[in-house]
Amino acid sequence: MKSIKDLEAIRQRTLEEVNLRNDRHGIRVVVGMGTCGISAGARPVMMEFVEEIKRRGVQDAMVTQTGCIGVCRLEPMVEVYMPGQEKVTYVLMTPEKVARVVGEHLINGNPVTEYTIGAAE
Amino acid sequence: MRELSLHILDLAQNSLTAGASRLDILVAIDHGRDEIVITLSDNGKGMTPDFVQRVVSPFTTTRTTRKVGLGIPMFKANAELTGGSFAIESEPGLGTTLKAVFVLSSIDRPPLGDLAATMISLVVSNPAFHFHLDYSVDGTSFVFDTKEIMGVLDGVPLDTPEVVSWMGEYLKEGMEALHGGA
Repeated sequence: MKSIKDLEAIRQRTLEEVNLRNDRHGIRVVVGMGTCGISAGARPVMMEFVEEIKRRGVQDAMVTQTGCIGVCRLEPMVEVYMPGQEKVTYVLMTPEKVARVVGEHLINGNPVTEYTIGAAE
Repeated sequence: MRELSLHILDLAQNSLTAGASRLDILVAIDHGRDEIVITLSDNGKGMTPDFVQRVVSPFTTTRTTRKVGLGIPMFKANAELTGGSFAIESEPGLGTTLKAVFVLSSIDRPPLGDLAATMISLVVSNPAFHFHLDYSVDGTSFVFDTKEIMGVLDGVPLDTPEVVSWMGEYLKEGMEALHGGA
């Protein structure tokens, strides 16, 4: 059974890592979570990004949410901001597509073109 | 929305947009009364009485990308479909409270769904925000409070991967325990 007391140990273990994260150069994964995004399945997509980023040990990425991005029929949509690169918008995302985006784009720096809004439109 | 917990995720966005710093989410399951009551209460900027009247219409929204807003109307419709009810109280400058009652045994009641995933999505996106969840089954509560967690973590952000995993399991275990599951 998990208890609040576990957090003390986590705090001690992660404090060093957190200091490293503070100078993270900032990959941002932004999931569209308006009413449209959520009803199209944005929540499992976001949870999968959180899991996969942890699994692959990507240190400098944050996952966050925004409201309606504006093209509701292509939800779930995810915007990826890599430092020094243009924003990439992924559309019709599913949890199954997340591993490739994390591996090829977040880690190796190559956007998965076939999942982007450019390929869908 | 296929799950009540997805409505909660959706409606929480309204509180964040309204500049709130704290959101209380109450989910009370009561088998004796045959109902689930979901209450969302924030300390955001609130709404004028006139806007409260209009906000249940799908053609009212504050967003700028289009002219419809379906979050509150769908929540209300779902509650009423089960034979339950919906109410909003709001005070400009003080905050807003939404309360929906769903009839537990109604065939039209969506499942609660993955409330832990809803909480994790909210916390990961807003690691400095004060979320307070009170989940109760027949009067016994499980409480998840991000301010309490931040206090113990003392500077380690809530979106640290190890903390996120802990919160996910803590939420799941805490809520399952109330259902008599071993």
